[in-house]
Amino acid sequence: MSLTPMKAKHQRLVLALIALVALIGAGLLAAWALRSQASFFYLPAEYAANPPEAGRPVRLGGMVEKGSIRTLADGVTITFVIHDDKARVPVTFKGIVPDLFVEGSGAVAEGRRQPDGTFRADNVLAKHDENYVPREMKDMTSEQARQAIEETK
Amino acid sequence: MIAEFGLAALWLAAALAALQLIAGALALTPRGGTLGGIVRPVAMVQGVLVALSFAALVVLFAQTDLSVELVAKNSHSMKPLIYKISGTWGNHEGSMLLWVMIMGLSGCFVAAVERRLPELTMLATLAGQAFVSLGFYAFLLLSSNPFTRLPSPAIEGAGLNPLLQDPGLAFHPPPLYIGYVGLSVAFSFAIGALVTREVGPAFARAMRPWVLGAWIFLTLGITAGSYWAYYELGWGGWWFWDPVENASLMPWLAATALLHSVSVLAARNALRAWTVMLGVVAFSMSMVGTFLVRSGILTSVHAFAVDPERGSFILGLLALNIGGALVLFGLRAASVTEGERFSAASREGALVFNNVMLSAILGIVLVGTLYPLLAEALGAKVSVGPPYFNPVSAIFAVPMLMVLAVGPLLRWRRDSLARIRPLIAIPAVLLLGVLIWAGSQAVGLLPALGLALSAALGVASLLPLKGRKLRQVKLPVWGMVTAHFGIAVALLGMASDAAFTTERLVAVQPGDTVEVGPWQVQLQRIEPVAGPNWTALRGDLAVSYKGGAVAELHPAARTFWAPPNETNEAALKTRWNGQLYAVLGQETSGGRWQLRLWWKPFVPMIWYGGILIALGGLLALLGRLASDLKRLVARDKIAYRRSRQGR
Repeated sequence: MSLTPMKAKHQRLVLALIALVALIGAGLLAAWALRSQASFFYLPAEYAANPPEAGRPVRLGGMVEKGSIRTLADGVTITFVIHDDKARVPVTFKGIVPDLFVEGSGAVAEGRRQPDGTFRADNVLAKHDENYVPREMKDMTSEQARQAIEETK
Repeated sequence: MIAEFGLAALWLAAALAALQLIAGALALTPRGGTLGGIVRPVAMVQGVLVALSFAALVVLFAQTDLSVELVAKNSHSMKPLIYKISGTWGNHEGSMLLWVMIMGLSGCFVAAVERRLPELTMLATLAGQAFVSLGFYAFLLLSSNPFTRLPSPAIEGAGLNPLLQDPGLAFHPPPLYIGYVGLSVAFSFAIGALVTREVGPAFARAMRPWVLGAWIFLTLGITAGSYWAYYELGWGGWWFWDPVENASLMPWLAATALLHSVSVLAARNALRAWTVMLGVVAFSMSMVGTFLVRSGILTSVHAFAVDPERGSFILGLLALNIGGALVLFGLRAASVTEGERFSAASREGALVFNNVMLSAILGIVLVGTLYPLLAEALGAKVSVGPPYFNPVSAIFAVPMLMVLAVGPLLRWRRDSLARIRPLIAIPAVLLLGVLIWAGSQAVGLLPALGLALSAALGVASLLPLKGRKLRQVKLPVWGMVTAHFGIAVALLGMASDAAFTTERLVAVQPGDTVEVGPWQVQLQRIEPVAGPNWTALRGDLAVSYKGGAVAELHPAARTFWAPPNETNEAALKTRWNGQLYAVLGQETSGGRWQLRLWWKPFVPMIWYGGILIALGGLLALLGRLASDLKRLVARDKIAYRRSRQGR
């Protein structure tokens, strides 16, 4: 393993090349991984028109439909509907919802589409207060989903 | 009066920064000879003034002076004093003032104590520090003035985000900022050395304590921030790859690489240009972090500014500082002469490898953090989370940790792996053994690798002490061993949390008992309780480990009224071998309450490890300072003797 020390000029060049190759490698790897791992944000209308692949992690954001929140018998699984003016998506979630998760206000569900078309959430974010809102929802809460839909037209 | 005093001190400090920049720059020219003399004193006074300005803001918050707009918007007279004070930096303007104050104090500190740098490099360094500060002074004074008065005082303040009303907030931002902004010294040193082309072991020895100091605070700040997110958010996780967390991780990765390359430069006079580059990159990452966090481009608990003008201002500063430094580097790097040579199997070789791996991880985190912003500019909304960050960074972290186990055993300049083969046999066997065992336990690939590496590294990190008399081992070696051992400890916590956590999510009535891992948890009752500015529903839990003594836990859901908000207070029961984590949910049908419980074996090791890593840094810093002091004293003695002989 003991290499003889290289000529000075040479060594600097080799080191710079190694660093460059590693960084470019990291960049390519990152780009490739992002294509398959970044989770896209969907509005209900987009979700209905062009549903994501089942099992791929995505975020679904919209308004929680009035009267749609139901708690199942186990007391910890809830179902609700996230909607905008054009579409409704049924969601199931097992867990503790944020306190400000209420019907008629905005929410973002992180999870995956199931083969039957429903959405299973691993996590639910709600409007927390003026200073802490999921980024995609900021535009959505004041004038309901209309504004959000306009923004994505 | 206090607000006006604070504002005046801030303007004066800014003016002095301008003077420091001009005098420092002119003193570098052939005709600027005597001007150099005022640079150090000016830097010191500037630091004191900006500290006074910050102190004025703290006083305003402590008194809840509602005639000041910032206080009225972010504080409330009913808050406990500790949160009034921590509220000083719990908002955009105050946190930027804290940033500028630490920057000014760093410059002041450098000017007061740094005697090893050649005088011209020192002047260039202080001018560089003033240049960066000046941009941030302008930002504060022109677009984020913290001292603006209201036309008429508010009757009551709007309050502080309840998520921030926690001891964690009081503790985590200041050390994080000292770390973040402390790296500005490394940046300025790099600029100074590029200007005068004096990059060498003496420069590295002068720079090293400053990097170490900032790195220690950054490590502590990240550790504290991670623990804060762990218990305050109530989600049971300790790292979310949130852009704000990444913003603190990126400078840490760069600073860690810098710390090691500066050691190579100090000991062996190699990696000259690379070290200077890392000095620039580390603080650039701090500024990128500030931009991400403070520009309002991200909405999170850390983002206060929503004004797009402020975002553009910070972006402009960022481009100016980083772009300027990179241009300077490009112009001068070729004329920084080549350092000493070394072979691949040597201490330098291992350090270069780890430097490259750290940089690669930094690149991966940076790309993953910026990608959602780029995608949004192109009209797609995406988020990037653990499915990207965990495996992709592990591809580089795993080989890095393996080399980390071996590197400290290698000699400088030239060595062979054959020589250390008997030494690394033990960790290698451990690595394979644990990997095979974890495979039989149906543990995921990454946690299994983590456990195996943790065991191997835990042993390997102690090997540099083998065969030495422990009393004669120097402090920096102790520091290295402690920090590397700390990485093994933290890794154990992370891998064990991922591999062995058990979780229960149930709805129970008072009186019901739930089992989670080895714990039995009984919900006894739900009680209303009141605090200074909140009311809460509190669950009384009786918990016992394997049927042993019963302890009480009190998870609660708090309701704040100023501003109106609710937070979930998780309750933790810590044992030597792990933590029980309990969150109270909402009331549900049949008088039942939702209860979420986790048993997390060895999870506190994550933060003990973080503390050990910082402690290692502290030991190394103390060791370096002690030997520097000895050298100074010896030099003074020689100079004194010579002067007497000369007479």
